[in-house]
Amino acid sequence: MIRIQHLYKSFNERTVLTDINVTFEPGKTNLIIGQSGSGKTVLLKSIVGLHEIDSGEIWFEDRLFNKLDFRERKEIRKEMGMLFQGSALFDSLTVEQNVRFPLDMFTDKSMEEKTDRVNLCLNRVNILNSNNLFPAELSGGMRKRVAIARAISLNPKYLFCDEPNSGLDPITAILIDELIKEITQEYCMTTIVNTHDMNSVMEIGEKILFISEGIKCWEGNKNEILNSDCEKLNDFVFANSLARQLKTSK
Amino acid sequence: MIKFLTLLGRYFLLLGKVLSIPEKPSVYYKQTMREFVFLGINSIGIVSIISFFMGAAITLQTAYNTENPIYPTYLIGLGCRDSIILEFSSTVAALILAGKVGSNIASEIGTMRVTEQIDALEIMGVNSASYLVLPKLIATLLFNPFLTLISICVGILGGWLAGTQLGVITSEAFIYGIQYAFIPYYITYSLIKTVVFAFIITSVSAFQGYYVSGGSLEVGQASTKAVVYSSVLILLFNVILTQLLLS
Repeated sequence: MIRIQHLYKSFNERTVLTDINVTFEPGKTNLIIGQSGSGKTVLLKSIVGLHEIDSGEIWFEDRLFNKLDFRERKEIRKEMGMLFQGSALFDSLTVEQNVRFPLDMFTDKSMEEKTDRVNLCLNRVNILNSNNLFPAELSGGMRKRVAIARAISLNPKYLFCDEPNSGLDPITAILIDELIKEITQEYCMTTIVNTHDMNSVMEIGEKILFISEGIKCWEGNKNEILNSDCEKLNDFVFANSLARQLKTSK
Repeated sequence: MIKFLTLLGRYFLLLGKVLSIPEKPSVYYKQTMREFVFLGINSIGIVSIISFFMGAAITLQTAYNTENPIYPTYLIGLGCRDSIILEFSSTVAALILAGKVGSNIASEIGTMRVTEQIDALEIMGVNSASYLVLPKLIATLLFNPFLTLISICVGILGGWLAGTQLGVITSEAFIYGIQYAFIPYYITYSLIKTVVFAFIITSVSAFQGYYVSGGSLEVGQASTKAVVYSSVLILLFNVILTQLLLS
C-alpha cells in the first residue's frame, strides 16, 4: 500500500502539485488521470523519489519514504518496478541483458537461475525468441512488454507505469493494459498507472484519481466515473463529440 | 560568478557519486572491459594515423628550418623526438581524444538522460553516476597512457619514414638523433599529463551529459560543450603541469 498525505511540489516559483491526499491499494490497478500538463508525471516521479517534494508524506506500508536517506531508499527501490513512457530500455544491451540487469545488480543467483528467471518474465509478457535483439530492433509494443518484463524481474511489490500505452495502436494498448492488470493481480502488487487514455480507464481502472492543474479533483472507480458531478472530470471524460452525444442520449 | 560556483559544486558532487564504492564489482568489471574497447582500443586507429602524419610533418618542418651547415642533421631526429614526447603525444593527442571520446561520452550519457534510462537506473536503486561514469574513468585513466606510448612510437616512425624517404635525413642520423641526450623523465612527464588529461576529458564530458535536460538539440549542445570545455581545460592544465613538472 502507498499512502500520500498533503503532498506539495513546485518548480522554482511554479506550484505543480497542491495538497494531494490519496491511498493506493495492493492488488489493484490504480490510475492517475488528467490532461497533459496536469501534474500526473510529476506526481508519479515524486512518489518514486525522482523528484524531491516540498512538503507532505509518502508512505510505503509503514515506511516514510521521503524522509529516508539514500541507502534506506535504495532498499525500497529494490521493491519497485517502473515502466517509462518511452520504455527506457538500455540501448547497448540486448532484450535478455535488459531483463537480467536488475538480477545482475541485486542478486547472487547463478547465470542459469538468472536466465531461467529472464525467460519466465519474457514468456509472461509474450516475448518469444527475441532474447538477442537490441531495443532498436523492436516495435513500440514489444519495447513496452520488455520494459514490463524488466520491471517484474525482481518480483516487485510496487509497479509504476507512466503512460504505458502512449504511441501504441488501440489494440496493442489494450493488450498492454490487460497485461498490467493481470500482473498486478498475479503478484499482488500496488500498481499506479499514469494515463490520459479513456480506453485504459474503462479497461483497468479499479481505482482512479483525477487531477487537474495539480489539484486532486475526484477519486473513484471506472463504474462511478461516468456518473460523476465533477465538472472538470466530465470535461475530460466526455471530451469528444461522440462521448458527449452518448452522455446526452443517456 | 554564482553560476560558475554552482556548476563547480555540481561537478564535484557528481565526482563524489562517481567515486563511491561500486554496488556490484563484477558488473562494473564487465562494464569497464566494454569501455576499454569503446574508448581505448577503438581510439588506437585515429591516434596512430594522426601521430604518423604529425611525426612526418614535424620532421620535415624541423629539417627545412635547420637547413644550415652549422647544425648537425641528427638534430632533426632529436627535434622530432622531443616535440612528439613533450607536447604532441600527450597534449595534441588529448585534444583529439577530447573530440572523439569526449563527444562520445557526453552524447551517450546525455541520450540516456533524455530517454529516461538514467531515471530507470535510479528507480532500480543503482547509483547511476557511478555505474555510468566510473568504468569510463577507469578505462581512460588506464588506457590513455598506452595510447600516448603508441602515439610516441608511431609519431617517431612517421618522422623517420618521411625524413628518410624524402631524402632530408639519413636513417643513421635520424636514429642517432632520437637516441641523443635522451631524458627518460620526459616520458614520465608525458604520461602524467596524459592521465590528468584523461581525467579531464572523461569527467567533464560525463558531467555535461549527465545533467542534460530537454531533447536531442540539448544533447548535441552538451556534446559540443564537452569538447570545448575539455579542450580549454587541457590547454590550461598543460601550462600548469609543464611549469610544475619541468621547471
